[in-house]
Amino acid sequence: MEVFVVSLLNGLVYGMLLFMLASGLTLIFSMMGVLNFAHASAYMVGAYFAYTLSLYVGFWVALIVAPILCGLLGAAIEMWGLRRVHKNGHIAELLFTFGLALIIEKAVQMTWGLIAVPYRIPSGLDFPLFDLWGTQFPAYRAFMLLISALMFLSIWLGLTRTRIGLVIQAALTHPDMAGALGHNVPRVFTMVFAAGTALAGLAGVIGGNYRVTEPGMAFSMGPIVFVVVVFGGLGSLTGCFIASILMGLIQTFAVVLDYSLADLLEVFGFVVTKATPGSEFLMVTLPRIAALLPFILLVLILVLRPRGLLGTRDT
Amino acid sequence: MRFVRTILSAAAAGLVALAAGAMQPAMAQPTIKIAYTDPLSGPFAQVGDANLKQMQYIIDHINSKGGALGRKFELVPFDNKSQPSDALIALKTATDQNMPFIMQCSGSNIAAALIDGINKHNDRNPDNRIIYLNCGAVATELTNDQCSFWHFRFDLNVAQKAEVMVRALPKTTTKVYLINQDYLFGQSVQRDVGAFIKKLRPDIQIVGDELIPLGKIQDFSPYITKIKASGAQALLTGNWGPDMNLLIKAGIESGIDLNYYTFYAHLAGGPTAIGPGGENRVYAVMSFGENIAPEIGNKEAEAWTAGFRAKHNFDFSAAVFRTIFEHVQAAINKAGSVDATKIAFAMEGQAMKDFLGYDTLMRKDDHQIMTAYYVGVFKKGVKYDAEKTGLGWSTAATIKMDDVQQPTSCKMRRPRI
Repeated sequence: MEVFVVSLLNGLVYGMLLFMLASGLTLIFSMMGVLNFAHASAYMVGAYFAYTLSLYVGFWVALIVAPILCGLLGAAIEMWGLRRVHKNGHIAELLFTFGLALIIEKAVQMTWGLIAVPYRIPSGLDFPLFDLWGTQFPAYRAFMLLISALMFLSIWLGLTRTRIGLVIQAALTHPDMAGALGHNVPRVFTMVFAAGTALAGLAGVIGGNYRVTEPGMAFSMGPIVFVVVVFGGLGSLTGCFIASILMGLIQTFAVVLDYSLADLLEVFGFVVTKATPGSEFLMVTLPRIAALLPFILLVLILVLRPRGLLGTRDT
Repeated sequence: MRFVRTILSAAAAGLVALAAGAMQPAMAQPTIKIAYTDPLSGPFAQVGDANLKQMQYIIDHINSKGGALGRKFELVPFDNKSQPSDALIALKTATDQNMPFIMQCSGSNIAAALIDGINKHNDRNPDNRIIYLNCGAVATELTNDQCSFWHFRFDLNVAQKAEVMVRALPKTTTKVYLINQDYLFGQSVQRDVGAFIKKLRPDIQIVGDELIPLGKIQDFSPYITKIKASGAQALLTGNWGPDMNLLIKAGIESGIDLNYYTFYAHLAGGPTAIGPGGENRVYAVMSFGENIAPEIGNKEAEAWTAGFRAKHNFDFSAAVFRTIFEHVQAAINKAGSVDATKIAFAMEGQAMKDFLGYDTLMRKDDHQIMTAYYVGVFKKGVKYDAEKTGLGWSTAATIKMDDVQQPTSCKMRRPRI
């Protein structure tokens, strides 16, 4: 029970952090068809901005300003970079964002150095919120849950209940028609890209001190975010949300379940010993492959349901 | 503009040097070149970059003490991008230029490739041999089954470090949890720590023993939950990089009552990630700490390490590399030549005191250094803090050379002179 509840909370926190990153990416991906490799870089830049800002103006100002800075950076990248490359098709865009990710990583290394920076949880939130059978649940994690939940709500409301959301949705499915009706589709693209990077920046601000702010953080977070986006389905915020939470929970619970395929076979009366062919593979326990499970799921969903969980069109 | 000026001034300096060389032939002795290969770009660049700066500081000191045979040492860096193939290219370049030494610190897989390449090269080219100075590739095998006459290891191997770690566990600790990375190094830490617990502390129960995929885990909280449920008092890990930083950070944030025994918590990024919450909880098995010199009252050593901080503004955690260069210096002077074969024979079995005053021995049987080693505990109120955190490594235990002697299975094959 104890392990279950604590794992559930941990899984939720991690899932929500994933969602903050993935929501921006799924917006950009579904809208512009660009698989933005530099998305996790925005997450990293957000964390570094927040670190530097928090030295001068404190965490709370950084929480607002750093994502805005990231958004401006995103807008600039879209207007002066991506839009020009767009003409040459998706492969060119893909390569462009890939190169951008490398450049950003190098720039961060040159600006802030190669080792981790001491970006810390603000002292106002640095206390255990409650105690679960001796394991403390830090207040900061609750704060992360709160921020991401607020974010989900506001994006969802913004997309479905406002005029601007309608235009975005229209430009998403019928860009030519929306353009013909007098909407400035390129500007909508810039806005979406900027908003997406700002969300990633926000994830960086609150994820950077929860984890460690170092130049490798973009690289380590990138792949899992793609898994979430593809798994959840293109253009579906709800799908992205479900996928994020699912990935968070799967990875968390896989760690605490010490079982292997051999244990499963034993239930059916088939005992695996060292002599069994392939016993090394069968005896690998779940925690050892926990971090790989999302990628296994990615392969499965691409084979069985290419449009993803709640996707509206094929990848 | 600055760039152009740098080029111009470099060119001018080059011209002057050329002119000077032409006018005074054979006045300045050629330097003794040491090739240094480690990752200088890519995800592990910080390791190579920091090592390079520290080695340069040490070499400057050695040169100010007269170098060897009246010649100065020169470090020639080669980026190997953490790839064995690139390290072998560096080796080729070094031997082409007749350098007597190649040095490498990070990655036992790279070390193994280098040893193999050097064995072959030295067999085929008896008049152009090269010595491998290993400053940190610690797989136990390299001085046991895979030992080589040309390989000299200046850091303790995994088995020795594991013994130091197990010896450092207090008597009150009876339940430990092991987490290691799922590859060659992590698996050997797991094996050796387990073996020494069985041998030295049979009262200790290993309540959890886990391998994690290298560099893949984003959130370690579930592991902490598991450790908590197991009732462990101490976590023993050989993890490095993000796998160690995130693990300890998650543990400290959850506030569980646990001590951390690590191999690498004192290195790049570790202290920053641990933070003030880790006070008196995190232990590191380390080759050196900047607070050792003030603790034992060695003013000269302290002034020398403080000089590095004044110049570079980061931790001088690899100051013990000085032992490498002092052994090399002594061996060259003893051999009276920069011929690799003669130096190697002079270096094996060589005993000398390190700059802190502790005994060191380059053991003849397996070319494994025997040296004092330390267990540091992370706490406030130390003279030199780590990574500007305000906390630093205070020495909890000093293990002398004689206590790290372990038997070797090496059958050394020596060349005929």
